Amino acid sequence: MSTLSEKVQDVFNEPGCDKNTGKSEKERKKGCTKQLAPGAAAGGCAFDGAKIALQPITDVAHLVHGPIACEGNSWDNRGAKTSGSSLYRTGFTTDISENDVVFGGEKRLFRSIKEIIDKYDPPAVFVYQTCVPAMTGDDIEAVCKAAAAKFNKPVIPVISPGFVGPKNLGNKLAGEAILDHVIGTQEPEFTTPYDINIIGEYNLAGELWQVKPLLDELGIRILACISGDAKYHEVASSHRARAAMMVCSKAMINVARKMEERYEIPFFEGSFYGIGDMSDSLREIARLLIERGAAPELMERTEAVIGREEARAWARIAPYRKRLIGKRVLLITGGVKSWSVVAALQEAGLEIAGTSVKKSTKEDKEKIKELMGQDAHMIDDMTPREMYKMLKEARADIMLSGGRSQFIALKAKMPWLDINQERHHAYAGYEGMVELVHEIDKALHNPVWEQVRRAAPWEEKSWEERAAEAIATEAAALAADPVAAEASRRDKQVCACNLISVGAIEDAIRDGADNVAAVGKATAAGAGCGGCQERIAAIIEAASATRAVAAPQAA
Amino acid sequence: MARVINSRKACTVNPLKMSQPIGGALAFMGVSGCMPVLHGSQGCTSFGLVLFVRHFREAIPLQTTAMNEVATILGGLENIEQAILNIVKRANPQLIGICSTGVTETKGDDVEGYLQLVRKRHPELDDLGIVYVSTPDFKDAFQDGFARTVTKLIQTFVPEDIPSRRAPQRVNVLAGCHLTPGDIDELRDVIEGFGLEPTFLPDLSGSLDGHIPEDFTPTTLGGVTKQDIAAMGGAAWTIAIGEQMRGAAKTLEARAGVPFELFDRLTGLQPNDDFVGFLARINGRPVPLKFRRQRGQLVDAMLDGHFHFGGKRIAIGAEPDLLFGISQWLTEMGAEVAAAVTTTASPLLEKVMTEEVVVGDLEDLETRAAGCDLIITHSHGRQASERLGVQLYRMGLPMFDRLGAAHETSIGYRGTRDLIFKIGNLFIAQTHEPTPDTWRGESAAPGTPLASDPDIPPAH
Repeated sequence: MSTLSEKVQDVFNEPGCDKNTGKSEKERKKGCTKQLAPGAAAGGCAFDGAKIALQPITDVAHLVHGPIACEGNSWDNRGAKTSGSSLYRTGFTTDISENDVVFGGEKRLFRSIKEIIDKYDPPAVFVYQTCVPAMTGDDIEAVCKAAAAKFNKPVIPVISPGFVGPKNLGNKLAGEAILDHVIGTQEPEFTTPYDINIIGEYNLAGELWQVKPLLDELGIRILACISGDAKYHEVASSHRARAAMMVCSKAMINVARKMEERYEIPFFEGSFYGIGDMSDSLREIARLLIERGAAPELMERTEAVIGREEARAWARIAPYRKRLIGKRVLLITGGVKSWSVVAALQEAGLEIAGTSVKKSTKEDKEKIKELMGQDAHMIDDMTPREMYKMLKEARADIMLSGGRSQFIALKAKMPWLDINQERHHAYAGYEGMVELVHEIDKALHNPVWEQVRRAAPWEEKSWEERAAEAIATEAAALAADPVAAEASRRDKQVCACNLISVGAIEDAIRDGADNVAAVGKATAAGAGCGGCQERIAAIIEAASATRAVAAPQAA
Repeated sequence: MARVINSRKACTVNPLKMSQPIGGALAFMGVSGCMPVLHGSQGCTSFGLVLFVRHFREAIPLQTTAMNEVATILGGLENIEQAILNIVKRANPQLIGICSTGVTETKGDDVEGYLQLVRKRHPELDDLGIVYVSTPDFKDAFQDGFARTVTKLIQTFVPEDIPSRRAPQRVNVLAGCHLTPGDIDELRDVIEGFGLEPTFLPDLSGSLDGHIPEDFTPTTLGGVTKQDIAAMGGAAWTIAIGEQMRGAAKTLEARAGVPFELFDRLTGLQPNDDFVGFLARINGRPVPLKFRRQRGQLVDAMLDGHFHFGGKRIAIGAEPDLLFGISQWLTEMGAEVAAAVTTTASPLLEKVMTEEVVVGDLEDLETRAAGCDLIITHSHGRQASERLGVQLYRMGLPMFDRLGAAHETSIGYRGTRDLIFKIGNLFIAQTHEPTPDTWRGESAAPGTPLASDPDIPPAH
């Protein structure tokens, strides 16, 4: 286990991440993992994260060493697409039994690898460690090594058992596995000055293919996409690329940075979402390649393609304008992925009623904070009535968010569009933005909304009318009762990880905590994912302003 | 009579099976105001959650004790306590249902002991129901976890007391995990049609039938209440649906003296005749006209449908109770169960009308399904279906790539009638148009032999 904990420390010490380098030595050791609250946690484990990161490699066998839950409950449920082999969609697991728990599962694992090679003969087998064999002490690395020697085939141990942390840690541990065992182990048939790696793109819903035609047109070759629609050989020989793009999200930053260290492949962080970001990414790719020796005329050709594609995209979005103008969108993402679609939506005539998106304007950010607090986390706790209230007060016509809030939105009879990983539509590149606007138009103008909002014949009032009344009654009650209003204000949750309210934070401030770290120490607020630290800072600021006029806090 | 064999492979390929804890969690989801919790790392819960969300297309209440490496080694008392307190604070449930997982079972957490401590430390939680079920991932399957949980709910809430008087109109229905919310609605309709008052345990039709709630709650949105379960001891009869419910029915009989009748399947004519006959007997009334008409319709559907089922070779992958019910019915329609794969042991398996039943995976099914006319299994059968070019009819859980999984109904006279139409129509759509060369020389296919005639070799 010592090597695993060293690995975890190593990935936590990430000089490529600004957030990480900003931390103190001690804080950095704790890592960027969220302290999980029992009974209030959501999201996958480190094993899940490792599998997400590597499963898009299409031609290898992904073997899960553990009890049936780890693979049986979850296999073939992700939308990474393939242009070749579909072996990655086959579920392989050792499905360990009580016997294996007691006597060890190494023999079963070895025999499993043999069976897979005999039957499917993949270019490599990836073996995923899970919690139970990690506890019983199966030496996965030794088994993989023995199997690789015996069968003369790469057998890659992916050491990322679920209980070491959340999904994003698993992404990084998966990255370590391919850095240690895959990348640099083979050579490409040939190289060109136009070879790039794309790191952290999983080809969900085929999004890579919305971008690839443009790269093809420019003569830029994707030597390896890590890991969307990748073949083992491509990943293994990816160390010969001239430059790399790390797709916006810190999930695989360790891979990009270490490949820069080891193989001198410079990288930039970019995104394929949004017209502006797509263009920026193409420019950056061209710039890096030219820096590494590609002909400078590449930039001219890139600009020409960008000019043509932007014009085409805007022209295709334009017809939606008259149908969408003035419609208001509430844009909510967990904040992990910056969602740079605001410009495209505005170009289509939509107004942003609120957003929790990183790259939106400050004004939008203020608006969303007022409306609904920090992040989508909080939506999970809302009643549909509150949701309706929020949507109504925001005067929003449609909500764009991740899958977790979908049923609340739908049960509140609000149009909703999935913009997270589970989505079925591809929204990358110029094509993707047009598709997004098209999907919004489809969702908004579906006649079903009018139908489902009708009151049943035996009801005198529609659900919305009753909700509106209840909201009005509540608001009136609060207005008439300042004590209750204050209690309700103080009760509002700030830190979703550790369930800390406004009141608790204000009390801590009153007791002398005058910065975010001190508040965190006193209340544990902000000590989880850290997403609410900005809000805590705002409360501190507000409190010091109040203190200046010496108004006492209500108890 | 079937020979039951265990797949001897070391590596499971394309799992048919799912784990016990999420079976347990599903049973808890049929209890009102409940928050199911898996005692394990957060991935255990998130995989189950995604599975159920995709199947039911509903928000699913399912929490985790979020065990990390250190907590797992040191024991999960604190995580269980924190989870309970956090859930009470956020969701205010009536019942918290805890299932163990592979991680916490490997360590050997004494959860019953932890819960006694938590009870002692938090007298304010006295009204909260807390039920713990041991469901290690590395043992048994989904169906077993479901059954164990139902038994445990009875042990927890039904008082050990044999009442002196019973309400003659009240019946308990122990509904196995092979029943969909739609199936339970159908059963309710039939039982109420006899003037009886059923209590379903668990009642997924109240919680996962896709209704629009007046107000969103983070717990289950309906289902049988704790109080309803407590009152089950006073019912006149228990009807258990599925062999998996035998243990729960026996437990209820032992605790409160409620006699039970077990129906190992409700798809097909004969089992529904038995069922309706039983209902008529226990309440002493003639069978209502409605069901007489439904029976007539089923018989007619069987007559119309048998042309298309006769001689068809079908490969089925399902948990034991579903496998048994569907296999027997298909055999009665004249089809042949050419391959049967299941997940876990059951006394029903050797009664399945086929040569052998394999406790195995979808790879085992795929190798046996070549040349069949239809594959019946859950949505994960889609890859095998594509590869073999054999059509797939989806049954069981998960069904993530079709709408309406919760409302699929395949029991009762009416459900069986509709199932004949759905599957029969698939067969009709497969009919090949003859060409001038269909019957010429080498390419001529022999006529489809009757499955029941041992002398005629199969067509393939």
